[in-house]
Amino acid sequence: MALAGGSSINVLEQFELHPIFGGLGEALRFSQAPVFMVVACLIVLAFLHFGMKPAAVVPGRLQAAAEICYEFIHNLAVDTIGPEGTAFFPFIFALFFFILAGNYLGLLPYSYTFTSHIAVTFALAMMVFLLSIVVSLKVQGFKFFAHFMPAGAPMLLAPLLVPIEILSFLSRPVSLSIRLFANMVAGHVMFDIFASFVVMLASLGFIGDVLAVGPLVINVALMGLELLVGVLQAYVFAILTCIYLREAVSH
Amino acid sequence: MTEDRNSFDERLRAAQKRVAVEQPKTGKPDEEDRSLLSLASRAGSEMLGGLVVGVLAGWAVDRWFHFRALFLVIFALLGGSAGILNVWRLMQSLERKNKES
Repeated sequence: MALAGGSSINVLEQFELHPIFGGLGEALRFSQAPVFMVVACLIVLAFLHFGMKPAAVVPGRLQAAAEICYEFIHNLAVDTIGPEGTAFFPFIFALFFFILAGNYLGLLPYSYTFTSHIAVTFALAMMVFLLSIVVSLKVQGFKFFAHFMPAGAPMLLAPLLVPIEILSFLSRPVSLSIRLFANMVAGHVMFDIFASFVVMLASLGFIGDVLAVGPLVINVALMGLELLVGVLQAYVFAILTCIYLREAVSH
Repeated sequence: MTEDRNSFDERLRAAQKRVAVEQPKTGKPDEEDRSLLSLASRAGSEMLGGLVVGVLAGWAVDRWFHFRALFLVIFALLGGSAGILNVWRLMQSLERKNKES
């Protein structure tokens, strides 16, 4: 770090929130994260709106893309949850594309990854968790609480098993949010580290310039990995939502 | 007309067969890679999630009833077991899926 002439790596700086839009943003505590949430929503809505505008029998490219997205999530919901899945399809569709748009927006230069904040991912996970509890209570009634005692286990073990089952149930939103948040943070920290290696090596003169190609190539490869991780984490979030809802609607 | 129809049916069947043979080849390794990566991130976060919830619950109970660390220890152990239970269930569901296909 001393070689780079006083500039040090500060990888977590990129996750800091700052008020934007001048005085108005300051007054409303309006930071980059909500801005990019709005942008993500607008992108998804615009994609669906302009994709489905022609409403042609034989779809064009954009319409075909919109239809594939629709069918992908529809199949995911119906295959995992069952016929009741159609009722939850809009929720899962919105969740998947909101997270996907957030993950991919964060890969653009000068943008902000709102899914890299645990406050955001935990709020999303709590939404899923509370929905699954409400649906369970509505469908199963008080039989829902019987799930906390595994069937066929001896009564003697109940004091041990029931707390474990309750904790395992409560850990769902936590693991759901930690997974998305940790993946996004890890990816962006790696970007930052390798990018600052490039800058540091470039300040060393000719040999540094040659060596700087290494981290640059790694960053390009990382971008490919992050494209995979972005869609994968959105998919995992959506499919786990489906799994939790399936357990809620089944008796 | 019927001849046309017959030849069309035949070609359709041939085309369907071709597609059906080709499909498993493409996309499958990709699918496996993906599910492996998602499985790794799922298993890790399930274990961590159980432990985090256990520690938080224990800490809260300790604060509430003014214990020093009794429930923190108990709930951390229970939470860790809950995390392992979650991973075990994940693996079981995976095994069931493998058996079906």
